[in-house]
Amino acid sequence: MEGKKFSQVGRSVTRIDGPAKVKGEAIYTDDMVMARMAHGKIKRSTYAHAFIKNIDYSKALALPGVLAVITGEDAPNKWGIVPQTANEVTLAVDKVRFHGEGVAAVAAIDEETAEEALDLIEVEYEPLPVLLDPFESMKRAGEILIHENEPDNVLHQGEQLFGNPDQAFAGCKYVLEKKFYTSYVNHAFLEPHSSLAHYDPQNGQLQLWSSNQVPHYLHRQLSIVMDMPMNKIRVILPAVGGGFGGKGEASSSDFCAALLSRKTGRPVRVTYDRNEVFVTNKGRHPCHMKMKIGLDQNGYIQAVDFDNTLDGGAYAGWGMVVMFYTTSMIHLPYKVPNARARVRRVYTNKPTCGAMRGLGGVQPRYAMECLLDELAEMMGVSAYELKMKNAVESGYRSVSNLHVPHTEYKKCLQTVVENSGYLEKHGKQPFGKGIGLAGGYYISGTAYTLYLSYKPHTTVLIRVDTEGGVTVHCAAADIGQGCNTVMAQMAAEVLGVNYEDVHVVSGDTELGTFDLGSFASRVTYASGVAIKEAARQINDKLFEVAAGMLSCRAEQLEVRDRRFYSVFEPKKNIEWEKVVDVYTNTVGTLTGIGHFSPPRLKGIDLTRGERVQGANIGHSPTFGFSAQAIEVDVDVETGKVRVTKVTEAGDCGQAVNPMSVEGQVEGSIMFTLGQALYEEMHLDEDGRMMNACLHHYKVPTVMELPEMDTTIVDSYDPTAPFGVKESGEGPVQPTIPAIANAVYDAIGVRFTELPITPEKVLKALKEKQGK
Amino acid sequence: MKQQLIQLEINNQLYEIPVTPRDLLVDVIRKKVGITGTKKGCGEGDCGACTVLMDGAPVLSCLTLAITCQGRKIITIEGLADEQGALHPIQQSFLDHGAVQCGFCTPGMILTTKALLDKNPHPDQTSIKRGIAGNICRCTGYKKIVEAIGAAADRIATREVK
Repeated sequence: MEGKKFSQVGRSVTRIDGPAKVKGEAIYTDDMVMARMAHGKIKRSTYAHAFIKNIDYSKALALPGVLAVITGEDAPNKWGIVPQTANEVTLAVDKVRFHGEGVAAVAAIDEETAEEALDLIEVEYEPLPVLLDPFESMKRAGEILIHENEPDNVLHQGEQLFGNPDQAFAGCKYVLEKKFYTSYVNHAFLEPHSSLAHYDPQNGQLQLWSSNQVPHYLHRQLSIVMDMPMNKIRVILPAVGGGFGGKGEASSSDFCAALLSRKTGRPVRVTYDRNEVFVTNKGRHPCHMKMKIGLDQNGYIQAVDFDNTLDGGAYAGWGMVVMFYTTSMIHLPYKVPNARARVRRVYTNKPTCGAMRGLGGVQPRYAMECLLDELAEMMGVSAYELKMKNAVESGYRSVSNLHVPHTEYKKCLQTVVENSGYLEKHGKQPFGKGIGLAGGYYISGTAYTLYLSYKPHTTVLIRVDTEGGVTVHCAAADIGQGCNTVMAQMAAEVLGVNYEDVHVVSGDTELGTFDLGSFASRVTYASGVAIKEAARQINDKLFEVAAGMLSCRAEQLEVRDRRFYSVFEPKKNIEWEKVVDVYTNTVGTLTGIGHFSPPRLKGIDLTRGERVQGANIGHSPTFGFSAQAIEVDVDVETGKVRVTKVTEAGDCGQAVNPMSVEGQVEGSIMFTLGQALYEEMHLDEDGRMMNACLHHYKVPTVMELPEMDTTIVDSYDPTAPFGVKESGEGPVQPTIPAIANAVYDAIGVRFTELPITPEKVLKALKEKQGK
Repeated sequence: MKQQLIQLEINNQLYEIPVTPRDLLVDVIRKKVGITGTKKGCGEGDCGACTVLMDGAPVLSCLTLAITCQGRKIITIEGLADEQGALHPIQQSFLDHGAVQCGFCTPGMILTTKALLDKNPHPDQTSIKRGIAGNICRCTGYKKIVEAIGAAADRIATREVK
């Protein structure tokens, strides 16, 4: 099974949930109907920062058809995906901290009645000063605190030191320092959050169907908020209409549905409007960054100094983790021998920021790849040469102890430069046309769980019998990225059957075995390890039986194309079903169980051997890489930047389903192109969101689709199951800096604030002319 | 609110449905008729996920009052496969080309494509892009959708030649 000879892995196959989706038969949470189902709606705050003096819902409760009303007092337990910083409540208690925060929820016999009831709830507020800028928030912390127990309006701050950057900078020939700002963006997944809860008062069991990507962490949070043991709660994911990190923690809709169901004894569904998706956000952190890079006379990076103020919004969420990811991400994909990071994640009265595709990487990558582009110019060499010179190689260990077992990053850079004609085009095109180069990488899973635990991150149970054939059980979350298909391919590979023969039971905390969820690009790698082990156990048992049936030795058998063969005498062979039949008739159902526990690498400064705060974050069993050359046309009349061509090359290890990898890569690029050029949530001075809809929040449409040339470079990580790495977050990383570098090439203006809008371009062109 | 009976022909089947003057077509199809392939992504006509065909033309069912649809013929995504359940060439092409990820935009995207190809059986890439410009997909990056539509047009043309 080792090596690159695969029959099921490496094939572009149609996704197993595809037919249901093209027929409109896939069931999403809001499509479900249950007998006596009630409808929940959430009353939202009209202030961004205020004490709640009183909530009077007597009129709402009296409205015919209203079944129950809850407020924050019904569930005061604090939740949060990072337990050390958990500070969110289902509905605001005593105080609201962002405009749109839930203050009460209603269950009624239909949605219209629930909406009518919301208008009858009277909330009395005592407004407080609204802090929307992180620097103002820190400055005015003595006067006004967003959280009573967070003295500086800062969730957490950290300083990391590796080696001796000050000394290293002193010896550098080329040093460049700039400020960068990334904007406030939302995932804009197409399916709004939806939660359907069914609490059974007789047996005390709660079932929750939710549009979510981390069923396990949602399960834990439900247990906390509902004050119920986890074994009385079951979380199930129906089809999920995209997540991109935005469904990477619980949502208030989950808790409201569950609480209202417990209160009414009926199933209750809460589905958000698009407006609610925006105002509850959890999107990418706007980062106010300062980065300094120093190179020696030969162009080798000697030191990086990074300062980052993350605008976190009202609650903690993923904040501390995102913050330390931004520090970790300066250590790759280039060799950085000395580094310092000073970071802080600040509370503001905005909808909270959280996890978003490529979290913590996108912001520092923008700064670093732009700075390297300019440093190359200072040196008089191409950015390609500079990046190749500094690029990491297989076996590299960063000064922060990140270990890269395998990389084809240089091959990615080479491929895009060749395929795009970067060297022939860069600096040589007419004014207004430009090409930019950037690289990036991402983790393929994490080293640690979010709460302290030593348990495996994934468990896979494979069941084989004559009734179901092969069934793979794992509570992983297919949110559209296609992991169910990939898991079927990997299981089929080892078992010697076809991927179509494999049933996958996922997204269910009861029927699926343990998995942490879909985030950190972890599922293919993690489930791959567990699947390999579980399938091996199945094979061991079947080989024994097949050996008896064929009169040969078990260790001399192999299984492929649904047959067991003697490796020495292939005409001695027998059908897979017949062996399964004999096994189940004599022993019963076959099972195999596999676990995955990542290596627990410590975040230390290798020069001193000392532990560094927060540096456990960022370790991964392996890393995926991507390089992109992006071409733009800048219309000097209108200021509009048009991306005309994207050339990409990625190292995702062995692609399990190449068509699916292409989809991840192409999707990543368009997703991030939006953040580079168009997307930004705007708040007015009172903290009210001005563009909480897909009309005014501009995500790319097909009209923005450029020519796209992507390559999966030949790669195989020998330390990984089936040689795999991630493919859904690495390609997110280079897009913004590649576009910024292309705009710089086109018009000679360096944009250090996103998004690069026509207004900013025109202003810059005007200033340039003035000079 | 007072309800009124309307007749809708949905996927070649006649329904008599009580609706209020403010009931939206998307809610009537999803909740009153109970076929849920039509998706609601924004409720404001911005994303295209709720697209259905009305007398052959694509309409945003989240902006359409059901009461104005008396007697109209509506095709939803469930009405596209043939009587025996075989996929429509557009559906097959979306599958084969990896044009589906989360699947939430897919019904609207496929029906918009159907209307496009009915009107223009041999669209060039620009016509394809213009045709689906009102349908947002956040997963695929659109490339595979455009390819799938081009291939579907070829597939339909070949089938019709036979």
